Amino acid sequence: MVSGKGGTGKTTVAAALALALAEEGRRTLLVEVEGRQGIAQLFETEPLPYEERRIAIGPGGGEVFALAIDAERALLDYLQMFYKLGGAGRALRRIGAIDFATTIAPGLRDVLLTGKACEAVRRRGQDGRWAYDAVIMDAPPTGRIARFLGVHHEVAGLARVGPVHHQAQAVMRVLKSAETAVHLVTLLEEMPVQETADGIAELRAAGLPVGVVAVNMVRPPVLAAPPRPEGDPAALAEALARAGLGGAAGLAGPLLAEGREYAARLALEAAQRAELAGLGLPVHELPLLAEGVDLAGLYRLARLLREQRW
Amino acid sequence: MSPTSPTGQASPANTTDIADIADIADITDITDEVPRLPVDPLLDDPGTRIVVCCGAGGVGKTTTAAALGLRAAERGRRVVVLTIDPARRLAQSMGLGELDNVPRPVPGTDPAAGGELFAMMLDMKRTFDEIVEAHADPARARAILDNPFYQSLSAGFAGTQEYMAMEKLGQLAARGEWDLIVVDTPPSRSALDFLDAPQRLGSFLDGRFIRVLTAPAKAGGRAGRKVMSLGMAGLQLFTGTLGKVLGTALLRDVQTFVAAMDTMFGGFRTRADATYRLLQAPGTAFLVVAAPERDALREAAYFVERLAADRMPLAGLVLNRVHASAAARLSAERALAAAEILDPAGPAAAGPAGDAGGAGGAPGAPGAKNLAPGGIVDHSRGQDRLRSARPSPEPHPPADAPPTPRTPQTAETTEDPRRPAQPEEAADRQDTDGLAAGLLRVHAERMRQVARESRMRARFTAVHPRVPMVEVAALPGDVHDLAGLRAIGERLASGAD
Repeated sequence: MVSGKGGTGKTTVAAALALALAEEGRRTLLVEVEGRQGIAQLFETEPLPYEERRIAIGPGGGEVFALAIDAERALLDYLQMFYKLGGAGRALRRIGAIDFATTIAPGLRDVLLTGKACEAVRRRGQDGRWAYDAVIMDAPPTGRIARFLGVHHEVAGLARVGPVHHQAQAVMRVLKSAETAVHLVTLLEEMPVQETADGIAELRAAGLPVGVVAVNMVRPPVLAAPPRPEGDPAALAEALARAGLGGAAGLAGPLLAEGREYAARLALEAAQRAELAGLGLPVHELPLLAEGVDLAGLYRLARLLREQRW
Repeated sequence: MSPTSPTGQASPANTTDIADIADIADITDITDEVPRLPVDPLLDDPGTRIVVCCGAGGVGKTTTAAALGLRAAERGRRVVVLTIDPARRLAQSMGLGELDNVPRPVPGTDPAAGGELFAMMLDMKRTFDEIVEAHADPARARAILDNPFYQSLSAGFAGTQEYMAMEKLGQLAARGEWDLIVVDTPPSRSALDFLDAPQRLGSFLDGRFIRVLTAPAKAGGRAGRKVMSLGMAGLQLFTGTLGKVLGTALLRDVQTFVAAMDTMFGGFRTRADATYRLLQAPGTAFLVVAAPERDALREAAYFVERLAADRMPLAGLVLNRVHASAAARLSAERALAAAEILDPAGPAAAGPAGDAGGAGGAPGAPGAKNLAPGGIVDHSRGQDRLRSARPSPEPHPPADAPPTPRTPQTAETTEDPRRPAQPEEAADRQDTDGLAAGLLRVHAERMRQVARESRMRARFTAVHPRVPMVEVAALPGDVHDLAGLRAIGERLASGAD
């Protein structure tokens, strides 16, 4: 499960992780649940249908499949699989029951999304091997993740007996097992770091397994040491002039100001790193890809993740 | 009407992908024609009654909403800011320590201009409970509030937030106590569910499903006959199926709940429709908030199109966290060339092809971990491994060491950076040169960022040239007090240079 505050790039990290885990002969499934078609955009393919299809070969030589889960289709699938509904499914749709179930009914949507992902986790091929070696979900944001993953617990409480109850309990067993990890993506900024800390506390309280913290879009340092902002503008202007820059006197002030901002940013980032280090989880860093994440950038991130043995 | 899928889901993939339009960035003068979003006139206009801030997550929506509210209040308006999920410290700074679902005055607002600022944080469960209590008789209200199905619905699963935000907005508007309401939209999966809420609720209520559900509870009453069109067998199959899937106990809970809510639903719908129309009214101004990044601007473009499709009044785009330079006449290339002259042994990774190292995959110039001040040294183990392909950086310099040339890439650097001992003045001069080189490299990175951001912006404005825009210069850190919000307000009003 890959979660993170909005804007931290959790889809990118999830995709890179799916690629990284696709080692020789292994298969990973990358699952999208929020209907944004973010995976298709990242992999530069057509919008994904509700169907598991291969979208990439990992840098490790394995295969990456992707699935954009559509709650409505997942519900019909589910009904078909367990109840052999046939035409009744269409009747349900006609009277708006499916709409109700997937958009209005509390949590049912989340139930279906996590349920479908767990089905993929537990599926075996005809040879008896797992259908996927790893299933990676681009999950809802940190603020919602504990509730999203805990929905089956709630459902098991609502439906105290019957198939829904059992199904919900089975899903909770998978989610709480050691085979599941919720990774949280953050930036070196105050709010995402705070939200990460809050999310971890919530997940732990709910008994859900927390994985690692991935710090995304880390800006590479420009200098070996930050410039001292208290430099003398006149001396600085002389130095600039020595380097052949015209109008050096007018540049010294602005350059010093930029230097101060740079130093302030480094200090802020350092404080956030310290905060993250205090969370007691492994922390991995991924660099900012200046021109945004394209396919090549995605593979680069995947390679970095492999090198970090995430 | 609106470009949504049957589930009400936005499908951004169908919209113009601004990122796919190549080379528009070269048309730099496009940006000069973009109309400026006049923030102060908008806030001062008594005709502006509602400002809705929307956009992707993580672009500073909540902060923008709070800053607009504060600015409007300090310019004389009576304002309430409705936030959905503010960061804790921002909430505290606005006096939102307690979650009691009513607007509270924000302490510290300057009353000189005669305005006032209130703020509230949406409590979904409370809002829902209040609706039930206000619209059902006490016995029925109790039956609903005690229903387990209701309890999990109102606790805030996906979707509920949007309805409640609409509901609360409608309530605040109806109270007429404020002459300006600033709304921060929920961080929902597409940020558009906010607009879909009334329509979705409406289609649900118009659907036969609700009547089918309530039919058994009404023991074959009028509603039961209405679903006869399904055929009796169909109905039995349906309720039988529901019973099988949900379990009869849960089905009973659902039916009790729906029956109890039945009388209220009409009211829900009427109010949701009214709020939707309120949003379309001329007194409403939508502000799309974005940051100069590809994904955020892609979402912004989609939002602009979606608002147009729903005939919602778009005031403009707020582009947050924009960088500028007061030394913009010095290009990145010239700055780096000058840095090279002053400090030939400086970090080579900042060279022209490196593009700040980011695209190169390495998280920065080697030796970065010697950066020292304030604990940058404490890297994860992963970071170590990540760099393991590189030669090890030289040992730690003392923390107060001057930024003398270091040669992290010793193995690859051919020229010998080691310099003979120098007399005092020469050392001073070398010091200053080192500082100058460092500042020039920082400046080069800044200029590259400025160029990147302006390319992103140009991609957006090429597609939506008539959307007024205001750029808000980036602050070094997060905002968590009124002074910070005021600073943002200033920047919103004046725009970045």
